[in-house]
Amino acid sequence: MRDFPLRTRVFITAVIVAGLLGIIACLLHTAHAPDVFTRFGYIAALALLVFASEAFSAALARSVATREGVSISVTMPIAMASVIILGPWGAPLVTAVVALEPRRTPWFKRCFNGSMNVLSTLGAAWTYAFLHAQLSTDHQIQAFPSLTSMDFRPSSVLIPMLAASLVHEVINGLLMVTVLALAERVSPWRIWFGTMAESALPLFIYSIFGLMLAVVWLTISPLAGVLVLAPLMVARWVFSMFSARQEAYESTIRSLIQAVETKDAYTRGHSERVSRASVMIGRSAGMREDRVSSLRYAGMLHDVGKLGVPTRILQKSGKLTDEEFDAIKMHPTRGREITKDLEFLGEAVEGILLHHERMDGRGYPNGLQGEEIPEFARILSVADAFDSMTTTRSYRGARSIEEAMEELRRCKDTQFDAGFVEALVAAVTRDGWDVVDTTDQVTPSGSAPAMGSDDDDPTASGELGLGLATPVDLAALDAFMSEIVRDGGIHGLPTDDRGSTP
Amino acid sequence: MSRRSDTRSVLPLQLAAAVVAVGSFAYTASHPLPEGVLGAGVVFGLFIALGEILRVTLPGGRQAAPLAAAGSLAFALLPSFKGVSLPGVAFAVTVVTLASIIGSLPRVFVGRGIHLDEVSQRVLMTATAAALIAPWPYLLQYGDLASLPDFMKSNIQLIVMVIAGALAGLLEIALAAATRANEARMPFSVALVDELRAMIGITTAVTATGVLIALAASKSMDYWALPVFAVPMLLTQFSFRRYASIEATYLQTIRALSKVTEVGGYTESGHARRVSVLASRIGSELGMTERELTDLEYAALMHDIGQLAWPEPFPGGATSLIAPVHQRRIAELGAEVVRQSGALDSVALIVERQADSYRPAPGLPDESLPLASRIIKVANSYDDSVGASLDMERMQFALDRLAGASDREYDPAVIDALSRIVDRRFEQSYT
Repeated sequence: MRDFPLRTRVFITAVIVAGLLGIIACLLHTAHAPDVFTRFGYIAALALLVFASEAFSAALARSVATREGVSISVTMPIAMASVIILGPWGAPLVTAVVALEPRRTPWFKRCFNGSMNVLSTLGAAWTYAFLHAQLSTDHQIQAFPSLTSMDFRPSSVLIPMLAASLVHEVINGLLMVTVLALAERVSPWRIWFGTMAESALPLFIYSIFGLMLAVVWLTISPLAGVLVLAPLMVARWVFSMFSARQEAYESTIRSLIQAVETKDAYTRGHSERVSRASVMIGRSAGMREDRVSSLRYAGMLHDVGKLGVPTRILQKSGKLTDEEFDAIKMHPTRGREITKDLEFLGEAVEGILLHHERMDGRGYPNGLQGEEIPEFARILSVADAFDSMTTTRSYRGARSIEEAMEELRRCKDTQFDAGFVEALVAAVTRDGWDVVDTTDQVTPSGSAPAMGSDDDDPTASGELGLGLATPVDLAALDAFMSEIVRDGGIHGLPTDDRGSTP
Repeated sequence: MSRRSDTRSVLPLQLAAAVVAVGSFAYTASHPLPEGVLGAGVVFGLFIALGEILRVTLPGGRQAAPLAAAGSLAFALLPSFKGVSLPGVAFAVTVVTLASIIGSLPRVFVGRGIHLDEVSQRVLMTATAAALIAPWPYLLQYGDLASLPDFMKSNIQLIVMVIAGALAGLLEIALAAATRANEARMPFSVALVDELRAMIGITTAVTATGVLIALAASKSMDYWALPVFAVPMLLTQFSFRRYASIEATYLQTIRALSKVTEVGGYTESGHARRVSVLASRIGSELGMTERELTDLEYAALMHDIGQLAWPEPFPGGATSLIAPVHQRRIAELGAEVVRQSGALDSVALIVERQADSYRPAPGLPDESLPLASRIIKVANSYDDSVGASLDMERMQFALDRLAGASDREYDPAVIDALSRIVDRRFEQSYT
């Protein structure tokens, strides 16, 4: 807490106080409600479910040890069910339990998360009560819904439910965004709008599940409610196994690619950066997201054929013979040979084969011209050249981003597709580019590659460039954001201590 | 090939299912149905048939139809529908059997055959669940429990249903394990562990959904219970599908990348793939679990990856013919690459020790040497001398060479398993 600036501390304290006041108000009101014992029994049971589901998620996070992008929340449906079953003065007491989540989280984060939940549940529950009253027969706003007979007609339940979950999300998001804005001085709106769009479908699913849980709870038995959550928990479990598998998958590809790159010390990290640049170009050129994801793998694997080039040639110092140069030129063909059975790559395989073609037809292996070259190959070619120019090579230092972009523009229509060059320039200008210095990473045993053997670099035979690296530290910010943007929405402060504390 | 069908003793399973099904048909046909029950049978039957079409592939390539299973369980447990009590085991089995067969028809029409084992398991599962639940309505209405308050009764009913559903699910898992143990020539205990690991998640979801549908349909929701509670099941099914697809992609990728050494001329074409197939056969012959087999397959595919760091390819890529020091160095380099991924540590260990001797010094074998490493050592050496050849003399020669090698290098148990597999290959090619 002490690491925060004063304004953030004041805000966090205010939210926690508001949450506490909310809890006290809820307790006082519920104490005077009808069926007070059943009501408190239900509150305790639902709170226990929240606690159990949080513990389950925490256990999963530990055993699977992954940072999940999108996952399934089991707590949200319980919160939504509480809104229906218990009404505005009961539901916040259930969700406040989040503060007790069994993770090693600093106390103020937990209190903040708990208070945030109390406030957003209060908002959601009043929204539900109000709309439900408008749409049901008696038009009475019920602060304490009856526990025995409830109007469950879809017409009077569905819209209030969806509105309530939206309000929950908005209040939650506003509080989170404010903390971020105060602590980090970043523009929080970008994060928020990004995640709100993603959380639309989960919101709908959570509402449906919440409704189901409430109906089963009240019409069959509270015990049966647990059964509603069982498939959800299984899905949650499988989903985290999936995320772990996917992470493992990507890191496996990455490490195998690194096996290529250890052969050629100057290109370390090259494939990954080409992958990143290709994705930027694809997005900037307005490609569909599934193609962009395929592009990501294409970038990662574009030089995999180099694994087939004997290490002796890749690490040779001095001029290459024609034969040796031909061996290097084989790498796109070999790359295709290796990747052709990978169904999920789709058009990326052709991209890998043809990423050394040039617009003027002087490239290899097939000497294709202009539009004959597939889009993926044209994108990879731009990304490949851009990274080669902005990293250090044995025969020259790294060029600055501006110089590299200038060079790409100079070679457009002869070597590169003009549209994709502009797409890269636009994306880099907008989002920046991480420049890495590879000079100190050269392994002591690895001799420098031969001058001119670097066929990725359009300026390879030109004069020595001056290294003017402009480091843009976006990676740290990205890491911080992805910590916060969990569960497909913003549901709380980061819960672990991996150095992301604002 | 006739030998194989003789050893297939799955027949008892299908026979038992057939007996139960035919008996149920006969009983149902000869007894009049209560008013209104037929409608419930038709609707649940349609749901099961539809679920049979919406199949999903689980990890390990298992096929399942969770919606059909949940619908069957729900119908077996259904106490009453629109106020009418259901007639019991025979009717439930009849509906489930017919619906499963009807749902399989589209597959039969496109020539992909019916999942006979699975349908048999489902029939027996339905009969078990229905039989377990049968005495309870009577006990709750007229027996010792009749005096309990209503909410207690409904909770007891719920718990009984969950227990009956869970037991029926476990029975289904055990039957599937027996089928697999028989097909893959593996011990039942190993197959059971594999099956439990793979199926426990989906079975939990199926049981919960089945019980909920039965309860909700009998209480107030009638037909609505089916589509409503199918939604969570679909979500579960979706997550399983994604998991299975990433699993398949992973294997596909490792297989593709294992070709890297071949494309570069470091190893003979198809070597990694053949070693992995042979190693997996030996592994299941020696009773390895599915997880161990997966690790073994990955390790076998990547066992030569360390060669990439070598400046020049070895002649013919035959690592079993080069100096042991170099073999070990390659194993270490390969393990380093695999370990970098951070996700395959057990695989890295197998790769690392693939070149180690079974008995490093005369006397006792090295206890710490993983079985998978011993298998890869044998399979690699065998493939180095046989390659893609189908010449039987060559196979026999390679086998003799391995068996004749000093028992320091290779694990005799692994060589025994290999010779059994090679023998079987001979027999198959004679008949």
